[in-house]
Amino acid sequence: MIIVHFWRVMVGIISRELLRFLKQKERFISALVRPLIWLFVFATGFRAALGLAITPPYETYILYEVYIAPGLVGMIQLFNGMQSSLSMVYDREMGSMRILMVCPLPRWFLLICKLIAGTVVSILQVYVFLAIAWSYDIQPPTIGYVYLFPVLILSGLMLGALGLLLSSFIKQLENFAGVMNFVIFPMFFMSTALYPLWKIKESSLFLYNLALYNPFSQAVELIRFALYGQFNQYAFWVTLAAFIIFMLIAIVGYNPSKGMMVKKGGK
Amino acid sequence: MKTALTIENLSFAYGKKKALNRINFSLRGGQCTVLLGPNGAGKSTLFSLITRLYDTHQGRISLCGFDIKKQSRQALMRLGVVYQQTTLDIDLTVLQNLRYHLALHGISRKQGNKQIQEELERLNMYERRYEKVRQLNGGHKRRVEIARALLHKPSLLLLDEPTVGLDLPSRKSIVEHIHQLAENQALSVLWASHLIDEIYPDDHLLILHQGEIKARGSVNHVLLKTETDSISAAFYKLTHGVEK
Repeated sequence: MIIVHFWRVMVGIISRELLRFLKQKERFISALVRPLIWLFVFATGFRAALGLAITPPYETYILYEVYIAPGLVGMIQLFNGMQSSLSMVYDREMGSMRILMVCPLPRWFLLICKLIAGTVVSILQVYVFLAIAWSYDIQPPTIGYVYLFPVLILSGLMLGALGLLLSSFIKQLENFAGVMNFVIFPMFFMSTALYPLWKIKESSLFLYNLALYNPFSQAVELIRFALYGQFNQYAFWVTLAAFIIFMLIAIVGYNPSKGMMVKKGGK
Repeated sequence: MKTALTIENLSFAYGKKKALNRINFSLRGGQCTVLLGPNGAGKSTLFSLITRLYDTHQGRISLCGFDIKKQSRQALMRLGVVYQQTTLDIDLTVLQNLRYHLALHGISRKQGNKQIQEELERLNMYERRYEKVRQLNGGHKRRVEIARALLHKPSLLLLDEPTVGLDLPSRKSIVEHIHQLAENQALSVLWASHLIDEIYPDDHLLILHQGEIKARGSVNHVLLKTETDSISAAFYKLTHGVEK
């Protein structure tokens, strides 16, 4: 009986998140426009300037657009994770978060459901983006799209957990601009989304080290390898470890006796 | 009647500032209790503790005998809440909002549809179930929230100033509906309010001031205790120390 309750709650939260996403057409469009601008404008402009040597998982020389496509997939998931976090802060300020929090199931489970729901939404966005990219000659092997699916689940969970963690510590919606400047942009630019690691190393060893240990870099590499039918074991373990760490901190942050609630509430 | 809510020695502080100090009371089924208190009296803190938004550090809260901290699932299943702010998702329809709530309480769609129809019909909102919440006025949104809070058949209904911002007819209809519910369904109601004209003569009062209960009992009992002839005079005396 309890298992049925857990199941219904999970289905309910995912359905609500999907419904909200489908009803907010602007959100869907803006989620796609961002990576598409990077692909059609930024990558086209930099194609000539940034030559890429053969680097795994690619077996031949590739166009810059092909290189950044997995990075843009990561970007979709990163922004979606932050969007979920933003909506959590908004829901908390507006009060609708309370309805979820008084649900008679453990809070950690509710947070995991929220996380899964956000990941499902991000996977939908990714496949629509890849379909558009395909028409732009970014055509990885068909099997890559299949291998990509489980990888997107893990990377989506990791980036969503990061969003949850941030939302547990952000007290007001206004503070969210800081998240953009101090989390999203550094995470994206100091990663392998736009340039390969060896290229970063040529320019700055410090930046190289940051990019190497940036969990977003590893999520992007996991996506890149999967898209070409390969498995990057190191990236997998780092992404998994980052997910577990972020999730545990987020759960503590939302615990009424330990985290955010205590700071907002009292003792 | 069974006890729906028991609060024993409950204290709570925001840092060094005490918000609630040794609160003790219990509510029986079928009883409508109005929680009166000026701003900062501790009403919202009390609600946050009952709904487990904040953790209880001192004292004990139990719903229908279930400890909110140790048996939170069983306790929260018996609780319905209507917050002061609208907590409906305005982009979804009335039906979608209610179905989401059913899912959170583990109620199947088949069983839930019947309950949705029953609760919405009681509040004359069934015809509007496919409308987006965004399109409803304040009074109708409030009715949907009350219907939602009752879907899982709770034993205790918490209402945090549910009529704030509503016009007089909407307020009147909501107050009547809640009193009927308490009477007909043996539902225990704890209603935080500033509006003394919403109190019925049969209601119980709980007057909270500076985190302490200043008076509790039936309207008559409070009037006798304070030696006043109206609730507003009793309230003023208890919260200001002198009669108005």
